[in-house]
Amino acid sequence: MNVTKVLDAKGLACPMPVVRARKTMKEMETGEILEIFTTDKGSVADLTAWAKSSGHEMVDQKEDTGVFTFWIKKG
Amino acid sequence: MSETKKTTIVLFSGDYDKAMAAYIIANGAAAYDHEVTIFHTFWGLNALRKEDHVPVKKGLLEKMFGKMMPRGADKMGISKMNMAGMGPKMIKHVMKKHNAMTLPQLIELAQEQDIKLVACTMTMDLLGLDQAELLEGIDYAGVAAYLADAQDGNVNLFI
Repeated sequence: MNVTKVLDAKGLACPMPVVRARKTMKEMETGEILEIFTTDKGSVADLTAWAKSSGHEMVDQKEDTGVFTFWIKKG
Repeated sequence: MSETKKTTIVLFSGDYDKAMAAYIIANGAAAYDHEVTIFHTFWGLNALRKEDHVPVKKGLLEKMFGKMMPRGADKMGISKMNMAGMGPKMIKHVMKKHNAMTLPQLIELAQEQDIKLVACTMTMDLLGLDQAELLEGIDYAGVAAYLADAQDGNVNLFI
């Protein structure tokens, strides 16, 4: 996957992952992909809902030993 | 994306935990690109107080109110298990452990995210709070200004 920007939100609690995601996304162009790392369990539902509501596309996500990774395409 | 959505919150409570919930929702809504207003009234005004004592000429009752109410977000008590101030110490310890943002940090973040912080002027008079005692960069208004925001609000909360 062609990742344009990476956001490390590991260790951050609600609402920071979404707040940072939005801030980073603002600096990006449509179609570019943002890779986000989090450890907050709520961030799975949060980022999915946020991406949908903000018109972005959740391309893929995975979990590996407590670290969640998301790839979101800017819409 | 469609037109900008709006979130409004009335913060009536002067409890640290309730104010935290209000500010987390507000910051989350700002991340959703909502236009966010927090209208502070009654005890919720204490979240906007400066920590330092600001000398203002006041009547006796107003002075007493000023002394008895918490000066700033960090001094507020919690709604359950306050235990004369032990509760807030404990919860702040746990918050640090879990990397949660403190209330003063959440308020700072709200200002960074251009959330409109409004102080209700009528209750400021009742509690004897002066503009000089409240944070910089906030708005002052009454019920009509709140309703103007709330009537087009997609999310309206009273906390």
